[in-house]
Amino acid sequence: MQSKLNLDQSVVKRARKSAEKIAVDVQSFVDKHTTAAVERTVARLFEVDGVDEIEIPLPNILVDNIKEGGGLGLGASYWIGNAMIHTGKTPQEIAEMISRGELDITKIPVADEAKIKEVITVLAEKMVKRIAANRKDRENYLETLGEGPRPYLYVIVATGNIYEDVLQAQAAAKQGADIIAVIRTTGQSLLDYVPYGATTEGFGGTYATQENFRIMRKALDESGKEVGRYIRLCNYCSGLCMPEIAAMGAIERLDVMLNDALYGILFRDINIQRTLVDQYFSRIINGFAGVIINTGEDNYLTTADAVEEAHTVLASQFINEQFALKAGLPEEQMGLGHAFEMTPTLKNGFLLELSQAQMAREIFPNAPLKYMPPTKYMTGDIYKGHVQDALFNMVAIMTNQSLQLLGMLTEAIHTPLLQDRALSIENARYVFNNARDISSEIEFKKDGIIQKRAQLVLGEAADMIERIEKEGLFETIAQGKFAGVKRAIDGGKGLDGVAVKHEKYFNPFVELMLGGAK
Amino acid sequence: MAVEQVDLTKIKPYGDTMNDGMVQLCFTLPVPCEEEAKEAAKRLALKMGLEEPAVTDAKDLGVGYTMFVMYGKCKHTVDYTQIEVPKVDVEIMDKYGVEDFIKENIKRDIVIVGACTGTDAHTVGIDAVMNMKGYAGHYGLERYKGIEAHNLGSQVPNEEFIAKAIELKADVLLVSQIVTQKDVHIQNLTNLVELLEAEGIRDKVVLVCGGPRISHELAKELGYDAGFGTGTYADNIASFAVNEIVDRGLITREW
Repeated sequence: MQSKLNLDQSVVKRARKSAEKIAVDVQSFVDKHTTAAVERTVARLFEVDGVDEIEIPLPNILVDNIKEGGGLGLGASYWIGNAMIHTGKTPQEIAEMISRGELDITKIPVADEAKIKEVITVLAEKMVKRIAANRKDRENYLETLGEGPRPYLYVIVATGNIYEDVLQAQAAAKQGADIIAVIRTTGQSLLDYVPYGATTEGFGGTYATQENFRIMRKALDESGKEVGRYIRLCNYCSGLCMPEIAAMGAIERLDVMLNDALYGILFRDINIQRTLVDQYFSRIINGFAGVIINTGEDNYLTTADAVEEAHTVLASQFINEQFALKAGLPEEQMGLGHAFEMTPTLKNGFLLELSQAQMAREIFPNAPLKYMPPTKYMTGDIYKGHVQDALFNMVAIMTNQSLQLLGMLTEAIHTPLLQDRALSIENARYVFNNARDISSEIEFKKDGIIQKRAQLVLGEAADMIERIEKEGLFETIAQGKFAGVKRAIDGGKGLDGVAVKHEKYFNPFVELMLGGAK
Repeated sequence: MAVEQVDLTKIKPYGDTMNDGMVQLCFTLPVPCEEEAKEAAKRLALKMGLEEPAVTDAKDLGVGYTMFVMYGKCKHTVDYTQIEVPKVDVEIMDKYGVEDFIKENIKRDIVIVGACTGTDAHTVGIDAVMNMKGYAGHYGLERYKGIEAHNLGSQVPNEEFIAKAIELKADVLLVSQIVTQKDVHIQNLTNLVELLEAEGIRDKVVLVCGGPRISHELAKELGYDAGFGTGTYADNIASFAVNEIVDRGLITREW
């Protein structure tokens, strides 16, 4: 693609190189550690599911038992494999035994390591095949049903009740939506377990559970056949159960997952060590399952100023890109995030937004960029809001964005009503159709406002990444360089779930899944 | 007289002629987009007190539901002269005014602790009033001389919020609540007051809540000293808080 912004490619290369070094540095930490969430994910991938009589999920019961026995560093695969040899039972039956107090998984005789690996590998391969088949199903649907043109119209449903969500999602599909995201109930990211079963009670969203995933997947497959277009399903692979949700999504064929390496650390005060280890495994799974991840850079601009802090978005995109590559997630699945969040009173604000959106497009040409709508300056004046959203849509089509999270005119008032969503879809379809080929028709004036803005932001981002490379990511975050939020290496939630790997640790899924579908 | 005068004892909506009662409205009915649906919408508008209801747009929402855009002429009136709305009754000072006020009247730094409490993860409001940068040209409390501002961020449990308030010897507590689905904010705000009372510190602090769905009246009802809705900035809150500290004799309170 020919650059419309006259960006200095050597600066882009320099920033990417620095980001790569940061990722390598963090990876050496990640490789030495595991977490309770990672091991619960392994249990889920061995099809441990269900809850006990007080609603504690069996993957938690199993991994807590390992943790209490001091065995987390060896990994769930080791202990489950060993218990299978000892008891002759399935992982699910073993978890149920632990739940009933009939088995203490770290206190039984230890079998030969090679034998354990053999048993476990057979089981792991079975699940990996199942996930690969899901990926194939998606590809088949995309081939037979087709899909909407980019930018995909991405809308959220958030009723709290999965059955009400289905109604809203199916309506949205009929109205023209391409991606349905089911917002999670407020606070789920801080739960150190994944709730179970179909749920009808949530605040500002609906619990992410495997059953809810299944219900919505089925509904959207039906809608897809009806409207003749594959409808993608999105959920939130973040918080304390990041990799578990990735596994559930891979098993139930979700297509898009929010999955940021730094978001939970900065905005949910989840421990940095925990998040970095969790994001690695979650991205391996997402990469293999063909899931498009969405990173959360847009959030930087809801707390910090969108003009002054624009470079932090780009810096984070570079870092997210390198983390994703480490986890074998290809560029085509990297929905790097950015946002249209400048104050509407800013003179030439539209030009700056246009510049930055084009910049993201040029620097990450193969990434399905995820563009976020105005939220911070949405006021409750729905008429003005609808115009702000139209300008946002205009920037998207002018710069070839990929996933367009549609702005709602009622943002800042309530979670979207059925009619709000319909209006926002209509808005986007109007703008996208009316200006469909505009991006190939325009270029920007040499050394004009738009070109200069992108060059400035790129330069600042490159400098910032270089400083992070020198100081290290942990230290940078501790000093509050991202979004003005300070997080200490041993602060935040979930640190007690981090363990150093034993030399005999193994996780068969890392090897089987790393590098995407083979 | 060319134009009819306003009768404040009987006001009604204005479109382009005094007392024409013109109202626009938009809603969805769970029935298919047909003539019967439009008729249903008109009858509903009549029941709302709208005369001559007109459906100007009816849109099929895809699941057998229909969205309407309508106009009608409201037949009701309101006596404006009888209205009294409780408001935060304080003269608003700007940042420098507040700083001078603290220097002259309180003569020590005051501590303000703020958070989005409970499960609420939306910090946009608390950030707008507390962070250095502020919002829409109004600097945040962190930038005020004489104010030590602590923004604890989002999803802070009430217990933790109180513990921090005690630790920091807070003069003022700011609670932001954005998510209001199923009245989750009411429960959470009430719970905080109960905990503060149980700790015996409710009377020692200035307790303020804010958010898009919060009014001063609601806040007072829930046991807060003040509530701030949309369109209020750090100046409003700071002006109220410093006056309240003086008025309630909290300058030299014992912890």
